[in-house]
Amino acid sequence: MTGHPTRAATAPGRTPTSVTQGADGSPTRGGIGESTMRPDGILKVTGEFAYSSDLWHEDMLWGHTLRSTVAHARIVSIDTSEALATSGVYAVLTYDDLPTEVRHYGLEIRDTPVLAHGKVRHHGEPVALVAADHPETARRAAAKIRVEYEELPVVTDEASATGPGAVLVHEHRDDHHSGHVPHPNIVHRQPIVRGDAAAAAERADVVVTGDYVFGMQDQAFLGPESGLAVPAEDGGVDLYVATQWLHSDLRQIAPVLGLPEKKVRMTLSGVGGAFGGREDLSMQIHGCLLALRTGKPVKIVYNRFESFFGHVHRHPARLHYEHGATRDGRLTHVRCRIVLDGGAYASASPAVVGNAASLSIGPYVVEDVDIEAIALYTNNPPCGAMRGFGAVQACFAYEAQMDKVAAELGLDPVEFRQINAMEQGTVMPTGQVVDSPAPVAELLRRVKALPMPPERQWETTEGADVRALPGGLSNTTHGEGVVRGVGYAVGIKNVGFSEGFDDYSTARVRMEVINGEPVATVHTAMAEVGQGGVTVHAQIARSELGVSQVTIAPADTRVGSAGSTSASRQTYMTGGAVKNSCEAVREKVLEIGRRKFGTYHPAWATAELLLEGGKVVTDGGEALADIADVLEDEAVDVELEFRHRPTQAFDLRTGQGNGHVQYSFAAHRAVVEVDTELGLVKVVELACAQDVGKALNPLSVVGQIQGGSTQGLGVAVMEEIVVDPVTAKVRNPSFTDYLIPTILDTPTMPVDVLELADEHAPYGLRGIGEAPTLSSTPAVLAAIRQATGLELTRTPVRPEHLTGA
Amino acid sequence: MDFLRPASWQEALAAKAEHPAAVPIAGGTDVMVEINFDHRRPEYLLDLNRIGELEEWEADGDTVRLGASVPYTRIMEGLRAELPGLALAAHTVASPQIRNRGGVGGNLGTASPAGDAHPALLAGGGAVEAESVRGTRMIPIDDFYLGVKRNALAPDELIRAVHLKKATGPQQFSKVGTRNAMVIAVCAFGIALHPDLRTVRTGIGSAAPTPIRATTAEEFLTAALEEGGFWDNGKAVPPSVARQFADLVAGAANPIDDVRGTASYRRHALAVMARRTLGWTWEQYRGKQQDERNQPCA
Amino acid sequence: MRVTFTVNGRRQEADDVWEGESLLYVLRERMGLPGSKNACEQGECGSCTVRLDGVPVCSCLVAAGQAEGREVVTVEGLAGKDGRLSTVQQAFVDAGAVQCGFCTPGLLVAADELLERTPEPSDGDIREALSGNLCRCTGYEKILDAVRLAAARTGEAV
Repeated sequence: MTGHPTRAATAPGRTPTSVTQGADGSPTRGGIGESTMRPDGILKVTGEFAYSSDLWHEDMLWGHTLRSTVAHARIVSIDTSEALATSGVYAVLTYDDLPTEVRHYGLEIRDTPVLAHGKVRHHGEPVALVAADHPETARRAAAKIRVEYEELPVVTDEASATGPGAVLVHEHRDDHHSGHVPHPNIVHRQPIVRGDAAAAAERADVVVTGDYVFGMQDQAFLGPESGLAVPAEDGGVDLYVATQWLHSDLRQIAPVLGLPEKKVRMTLSGVGGAFGGREDLSMQIHGCLLALRTGKPVKIVYNRFESFFGHVHRHPARLHYEHGATRDGRLTHVRCRIVLDGGAYASASPAVVGNAASLSIGPYVVEDVDIEAIALYTNNPPCGAMRGFGAVQACFAYEAQMDKVAAELGLDPVEFRQINAMEQGTVMPTGQVVDSPAPVAELLRRVKALPMPPERQWETTEGADVRALPGGLSNTTHGEGVVRGVGYAVGIKNVGFSEGFDDYSTARVRMEVINGEPVATVHTAMAEVGQGGVTVHAQIARSELGVSQVTIAPADTRVGSAGSTSASRQTYMTGGAVKNSCEAVREKVLEIGRRKFGTYHPAWATAELLLEGGKVVTDGGEALADIADVLEDEAVDVELEFRHRPTQAFDLRTGQGNGHVQYSFAAHRAVVEVDTELGLVKVVELACAQDVGKALNPLSVVGQIQGGSTQGLGVAVMEEIVVDPVTAKVRNPSFTDYLIPTILDTPTMPVDVLELADEHAPYGLRGIGEAPTLSSTPAVLAAIRQATGLELTRTPVRPEHLTGA
Repeated sequence: MDFLRPASWQEALAAKAEHPAAVPIAGGTDVMVEINFDHRRPEYLLDLNRIGELEEWEADGDTVRLGASVPYTRIMEGLRAELPGLALAAHTVASPQIRNRGGVGGNLGTASPAGDAHPALLAGGGAVEAESVRGTRMIPIDDFYLGVKRNALAPDELIRAVHLKKATGPQQFSKVGTRNAMVIAVCAFGIALHPDLRTVRTGIGSAAPTPIRATTAEEFLTAALEEGGFWDNGKAVPPSVARQFADLVAGAANPIDDVRGTASYRRHALAVMARRTLGWTWEQYRGKQQDERNQPCA
Repeated sequence: MRVTFTVNGRRQEADDVWEGESLLYVLRERMGLPGSKNACEQGECGSCTVRLDGVPVCSCLVAAGQAEGREVVTVEGLAGKDGRLSTVQQAFVDAGAVQCGFCTPGLLVAADELLERTPEPSDGDIREALSGNLCRCTGYEKILDAVRLAAARTGEAV
């Protein structure tokens, strides 16, 4: 192998995220509320940003994972001798080679074997590991491992999971949910009962029921699962990896390796998108095991095929709903039952169940509800976190129901939603009072008020522009069969970790003078996965500390946990932690200032003091001292944890409890054109109105909304992992057959951002990442329904659903 | 694995004769996917990129001799007049990057029923120029596809070019996919009017084990156009004729249910595409007739 | 086998290349140029787009040996020698077209070639030229903005 001229041999890759960004001028520019540029933007456009798959180390080996070819089987035998004898192979590991008695991991329930033991429970489950000097050597060696399977019957749906004589996916459950679930193949069950749905149903003038199916969506982040594990001299390991939550990984990795957490040092590498798919472990333990076994650095990079087996997916769901309403358009009650397929291992299923149940009726006022949500254990691919997390599936169904009830009542669907829209003060089905703005009716009003896109935009003087028509470049229509439809939807998503979880983040902020300039360094373990947290942290530090130079240190486990980059929580939580720590730094700087200069000006003692433009200033704007003079060669360094208001678990019987911290809301209007003869769809426009509380970086806010909307569009019209119902094997693990929207599938997306402060949150902000993923899908579906007149109870919609063929 | 890099066509033929199992690679858009995903480990890769003449075409006389490796991008840009059906099909191939590398030779070599070029080749009519050290033979396109990913090439043969009749009338190509770009055909349809012969030819993709022609549909339509004097009177094709043509096209298909679509949808979509593309080509033909009639005599 | 070709104007050589390796692998793992990305390795995402003799291609589908003696331009070759960002690179940063950034290198190479070929592209032209590059984060709106911005800035500069 030739050398790597641009990458140092000792440090893996180039420093990924330690970036200093200046903002010129004073008063402090580049603070919150401005659309500052990403600090990692330049590295990302020059190709220098080091993603986890870019890492390289002198003398490194390549790890490879052998995965099960069947979904459910007893492992009769594994013979690795031929693989081990292959030239260039350094190690082959199976379950029996694991170093300690801790051989399982999991986010909440440790039910996932590091390597399959005795049986495999889903297609693609890791069975053995190989380390070799070249990826091809590792692949060839893995192909020589002989695994004898004795196939077992597969559990694939609710009937096979809980029917008489059901095969148990996990035979000896002893987790904390096992005691309350009605069947061992149910991971978790959350009922919510409030009021008297049966009595309320008596008052209803119309009752509408529906059964809905939500397909299995994949996060399809572009950067494949990958990382580099480097054995250390102290017997520990340094792990460079793309993840969503370093400390959660660490908590699961260290015990399996038999190492104390301090000997597993984790550093975040560049992350090529996440969307929930990196909340669970992928190659982390495997890479470390191989590195510790061989004494050499080991890199593992999944290819796209493997990636489809390397992370959990969004739970497919079956949902049954009953809505009742009076003639004047008021909802009387909702009864619903949501069955989520959790697949072979628990992953985040319990929390997804909690979300699906507690958000199941949407952003509406309904006094009387009877709700049940469950997640199943099956032999299908494991499902867990994905953007929207349980609220997405419910939103698809309840918004379809809202349209159906409106139609039954002869009401405009938007007006009907507005009549029933929740607002601040509304009581959720869980009994929780919503204590910050909930502008549901207003968001609907705004999105409806946006100008409509012109008709027949595909018509040009030279004929039809197929790029603007359903079918696009494939040249299927020049306007024939094309019908326009418009649909609306609105959704509700919780922000942050719920149900009594001790959700916190940590930020270390240091302030010192370098070359006569005050410089702030922000160090957190927050996983920057593309969302722009690093941008916001620098903005917060500038606003709070009045500096222009901010260095964002690489995220690693030398600082306390930041919690997960998920649940729309990082700007709130780690942003809040940075703010909190900055405030403490500011107090210390002012203390030093008072000590040094307090006698020179009375304002040091009497005025409210701020740091602005590199100076200590009074709230009246009078400059008292340069920060550089206050600090001189002293550095102020603070590491503090930040917590949101505590939440409560939902009662296991009634579902009552103040389970959530904050709610976020978005509304969509979709305009589609459907080739009604071929069943092909072109989304012409997807407009969104969202309340963000406070836009810390308006450009990034719009980017999140458009990105989230597009993922919702994808699962409306094309995205689905297809699992064979007989074998439980994945049929389309590739980008050839798992399709995500291209730029020709994605429409113009006008965004109307509303900023109504939540007084409980830092700067009044509201988590924004997920809400746009919710209502996008039902809005597109509603538009297709309007265009076709079809009921369409399943997503994604396929051409055969629209043509009846 | 060995990587053979012939510098000339003669060297390539010699290499293929010596190593009949060698897998030719030109654009790499099929072969490399199979290698990257561990589906294939050929003993030899035979690189054709250094053979410049494979990326050229000659368009003298009535036919185009299209080099096997002419990238789709150049077909869609440079052969719109001579081979309109193929140019349209080329435009639907995967992505710009793939169209910059892939060519008709690859589609023919792989012989997947989903190859986008096939319906246009079948509808336009032509022959594959296959060559080996033993000599050259012309394989009519109708005889080229033998089975799923099987073609009529002998183990020592390489595809030098395809010989395609220059269009004498309008041609169309249409393909259904569940995305508006970069999509593999759920099914595809090509149609070519041949006013010189007063015939119509078709091609169907992704709806049978091989690309096929809908011959019964062609015969029906050819007869109907003849009987009605449509070629001369330039009247619109009656809806009943179009409908029956569409039904016969659907009937010619022998599709399966797979992850990309159902058999019944494929039949349905073929009928719709057949009806629409017939409409587009016939309207274009009528338009041209009209123009010619309106031209004052020189 | 040994492979020699020109990357971003510099002659590069790699030894002991396995014949099944792609140009992408050689760039990333043997030449220290990991800017081109490995998102799908099947020509379905465009993240590995490089220019091969000037033409945008998926480097994952070019066998390493096929690049022998040819000219390759990667994302690392877009900025000026002085490190100044190219117009397209700067526009991507300014327009907010970068989130996780994994698709960015491929998009930049494709967009750069588009603007070279078509200095004033319509939205349809941009969409078509970038239809082989998947992005999972942005929904493409800011990417369109970036290409429009780059075109406008190039136009002003002329």
